[in-house]
Amino acid sequence: MLSRLEQHYNESLSPPSRQTSAEGQGNRMNVPSIPQDSPHSSSSLLEPIPLEVVSLAKRFGQVTALDGVSLELRAGECLGLLGPNGAGKSTLIRGIVGRVIPDAGRVSVFGFPANTSEARSALGWVPQELALYPRLTCSENLAAFGRYHGLSGGKLKESVAWCLDWAALADRAGDLAKNLSGGMKRRLNMAAGIIHRPRVVLMDEPTVGVDPQSRNRIFEMIEALRGQGAAIIYTTHYMEEAERLCDRVAIIDHGRIIAQGAHEELIRSVFAQRSQVLAHFDGPPGVIGAWVEQHAGRLLDGAAEFTIEDSTLIAGLLDDAARSGLKLLDITLRRPNLESVFLHLTGRELRD
Amino acid sequence: MIVPIVRTAIVSLRRDRAALALSFILPITFFSIFATIFGGQHDSTAKINVILVDEDHSRASLDLVCGLQREGSLAIHTRPSSKNKSAAPLPEYTSLTAETAVKDGDAPVALIIPHGFGDNPISFGRDQGGVSIQLLNDSSDMIAPQMVAGLLQKAGMTSMPEVMAEKGMKYTDQYIGGLTPAQRKRMNDNLERMNGYLEKLRQREDQQAAAGDTPAQASSFAGPIAVQSRAVVGQNKRNPMISFYAAGIGVMFLLFTASGSAGALLDEAESGTLDRVLSSRVTMTTLLMGKLTFNTLLAFTQLVVMFLWASSVFKLDLFTHIPGFVVMGLCTAFAVAAFGMLLASICRTRAQLGALSTLLILTMSAVGGSMFPRFLMPQAMQKAGLWTINAWAIDGFTKVFWRDLPVRELWPQVGVLLAVGIVLFVVARRIARRWEFA
Repeated sequence: MLSRLEQHYNESLSPPSRQTSAEGQGNRMNVPSIPQDSPHSSSSLLEPIPLEVVSLAKRFGQVTALDGVSLELRAGECLGLLGPNGAGKSTLIRGIVGRVIPDAGRVSVFGFPANTSEARSALGWVPQELALYPRLTCSENLAAFGRYHGLSGGKLKESVAWCLDWAALADRAGDLAKNLSGGMKRRLNMAAGIIHRPRVVLMDEPTVGVDPQSRNRIFEMIEALRGQGAAIIYTTHYMEEAERLCDRVAIIDHGRIIAQGAHEELIRSVFAQRSQVLAHFDGPPGVIGAWVEQHAGRLLDGAAEFTIEDSTLIAGLLDDAARSGLKLLDITLRRPNLESVFLHLTGRELRD
Repeated sequence: MIVPIVRTAIVSLRRDRAALALSFILPITFFSIFATIFGGQHDSTAKINVILVDEDHSRASLDLVCGLQREGSLAIHTRPSSKNKSAAPLPEYTSLTAETAVKDGDAPVALIIPHGFGDNPISFGRDQGGVSIQLLNDSSDMIAPQMVAGLLQKAGMTSMPEVMAEKGMKYTDQYIGGLTPAQRKRMNDNLERMNGYLEKLRQREDQQAAAGDTPAQASSFAGPIAVQSRAVVGQNKRNPMISFYAAGIGVMFLLFTASGSAGALLDEAESGTLDRVLSSRVTMTTLLMGKLTFNTLLAFTQLVVMFLWASSVFKLDLFTHIPGFVVMGLCTAFAVAAFGMLLASICRTRAQLGALSTLLILTMSAVGGSMFPRFLMPQAMQKAGLWTINAWAIDGFTKVFWRDLPVRELWPQVGVLLAVGIVLFVVARRIARRWEFA
């Protein structure tokens, strides 16, 4: 199915004359290019970057939702926007899509300001909410949003069929949206966001509230989309999702990007070669807390967490715990992950 | 871009069977109930506009005019009122202009005091010599002519005492003077003849009432002054109140449906669909125009269904009034759709919309004449009704179905409804800016 989708997507987005499409991508697929009727139908060297956000700021009353956010999304890249609830992820996405007017800063999509018709055509938005018409069928929903984006006739029909295939909903095309399962609704919600085959796709927590099986299906859809060259911003507060799907990660907290880069880079920049130890002890909570603090660790959900330079230091740590009257229940040595990075940088967990 | 929005809304409505039923079945049910219950009766006392033409200018007629003008429940008009108060007064009504005025709905009743009335004003019925006062009425208002006829007798009795005495003596002399056996027999014979005449009259009226007909030439013996009544509007209408209730109930439910349908905007805002739509090529103005178009079409369809029902079940003469119906239907539908858009844009939640729309629509419907005719209301209330969509719509439909006026005569109602619709939509668009951007 994917090869069919790839062909369809590329036929839609790429002018047949492009010769450089396979460069850097192997034989798997073509690099998506700008449709011929676009004002940016020039060579890729002259092509503006798909998305540029510069010093974006937005306040809602006393609350600072965005505080000078800057980021760039390159062609074919998937950028993970990682942060806890209320960090400013959705506001940033809504600012990019033109639904939030920033107090300062700018957004440009292929060189066009947000909220221009060119930017709207190039952007696809998958909102966090299930923004569908519940009493319309899957194909009617897709057709409606396709028409709102200016599609009609055979092109619309083709796009609807393609999206149904992509979301694995072809056999449910005639079902009302309200009768679909949660996972199917999520997939339809995603399909409605890319019905016009945008070159930049903004996905705002598309896996919220879905079961693991449906989540895997959604990952496959995103990977297929990536494989076809769409540039994607993917917001989540699940670091596993960011690690699996994204080339780069930007960590956002209190409306600011506090770190960004490839996830291994981020981990290395924060932790270097250090490892993390998680241990559970049996003993009075007050004693455990005091002991953990004394060794520059912290308590997370009842587990003591330490960052150590070398794994050989574990033995000394455990000896000291025994001397303090704490009985070890279990211990884990692990390589730090994005959540560790976030925790280290903000002092808070991603799911706060 | 408006067409896709209309299309989406139509499919959504088709799938929402409860909303569909509420849109079409409920108003028909209410209309049928109102039409059945109130279709043939009223009871109320309100000040009645009466056009009075005195062609006789005799002492008796002048006294009668004065007596009628003193009646607190009648508003007597001897000449058309001029819109420009500083201008010279318009000429007095004649029998012809009075009839036209009743046909145009300026007043429900006109009284014509003909030449020769003063020669024999007290006639105890029109068969007793003398000329009859002409009572021209609009039979859509069944109370006014009855009241005016009664008050006319009262005014006659109280405003012409000399005439009454003179004529009483004459009749005494004529019927029982001398009280000889022969005179007594004659008196009894005359009384018997009068009783027989009254009995026959009652029987005839009972038969007409049983047949469901309103006598166009009412010749009742209704007092010492002879009155001949003639309906000049709606004399051939089967049921005068059907068109009124079809319009009245129809408009009230159009308002409910329009506000409910416009509330889809609130649902879409809440679900995030509105944001998604506005992130496409659709602008807020386009979206609202699409919704307005859909709601106008929905409201018009409701009216069509309602009037078809009235036509098939209550014999409303729809098919000879198609142009007027279409013009009034579309204008009314446009105004109520814009009203719904405004309510939806003002409210933050569906619950707010439900409460506000119920309050406003019921108030507008009561004041605007959807529940009972405005002509039964006090003057102040009738004027207040002009601030409602209901009143203008009902007036327009009444012109079409009751007065059989041509489409060009609908310009005041069409103008007001279109202006109201445009203003409400512009205000709604302005308020809807809150949805555009955060």
